[in-house]
Amino acid sequence: MQTDRALILGLIEACHDAITIHADDLCELDRAIGDGDHGTNMRRGCEAVYLDRERLCCLALPQAIELIGVALVMSVGGAAGPLYGTLLIELGRRLSILENEGDFALIFGEAIEAVARRGRAGAGDKTLLDVLYPIQAEIMRRSTLINIAKRAVLSAELTADMKAMRGRASFLGDRSVGHIDPGASSCAHLTTAICRYLEEYRPA
Amino acid sequence: MKGKFTNVGIVIVSHSPLVAKGTADMVRQMVGDRVPLSWCGGNPEGGLGTNAAGILAAIEAAWSDHGVAVFVDLGGAETNSEMAIEMLGEPRSRLVAICNSPLVEGAVIAAAEASGGAPLAKVVATAEELSPS
Repeated sequence: MQTDRALILGLIEACHDAITIHADDLCELDRAIGDGDHGTNMRRGCEAVYLDRERLCCLALPQAIELIGVALVMSVGGAAGPLYGTLLIELGRRLSILENEGDFALIFGEAIEAVARRGRAGAGDKTLLDVLYPIQAEIMRRSTLINIAKRAVLSAELTADMKAMRGRASFLGDRSVGHIDPGASSCAHLTTAICRYLEEYRPA
Repeated sequence: MKGKFTNVGIVIVSHSPLVAKGTADMVRQMVGDRVPLSWCGGNPEGGLGTNAAGILAAIEAAWSDHGVAVFVDLGGAETNSEMAIEMLGEPRSRLVAICNSPLVEGAVIAAAEASGGAPLAKVVATAEELSPS
């Protein structure tokens, strides 16, 4: 049984590495339909969290998740900062009062709803929600970590067929079709990194 | 100095620090020091962008117990401003409003209204009259 310390450090490093590796690709996706800074913004946020990892890993997991959310809000900027920040802040707060581990899918769903309210967006609007909702559905049906990651990657790819309804990409209207949403893409990279870490280091 | 504490404050948020500062200059030209005024824009690397931490600091800098009206340009500026206002916490968060108006025109007309001692609701309503809805 790992302590929260090892788990928190492992997850922070896995997410940091995933964003570092994909930052340029995320900027490239964002240049096509947005302002081109999604990778830079996410890298800045993951860097801030990574630098603070020794403090964060001393906390209980729910509290660490909430404070990582606050750190992302303060450092990422763009729309992604408040959106990812809201997800983690809400998730952390709910996890801290979670009584039954089986309810994780439900509270994850509540945290996603908070993101939807923050961004005034819904399913099919070509945002990170189009990855979060499918992930939540997989967790709900108790899919394996590998299948959750696969679904996240596939869901991000499917945003290419969608027309952007929120954010800078919505200014392009129909011309946003044919491009993968950068927020959906970063969400898939992070999900993959988290699932891979949990699969390798925390076998069920 | 007295008016600085009895009038509604104005905060300008743009992705561009040049736009934010330029708008603040236009506000200042109109109302002098009669309203608390602050601006923020840009990312830590000197590029374009907005972030909640900077907006939170700007709201603090333009703080008035009579309220603060925030003017934003594009999407992320609004989302980050909402986040910053939440982080202020109750009860101060209830004294801050984001105006649905054009950035430059809204900020200037709102400041003119604020400099006459109008309450927050009137300052916001005056700026929002500029927006077709």
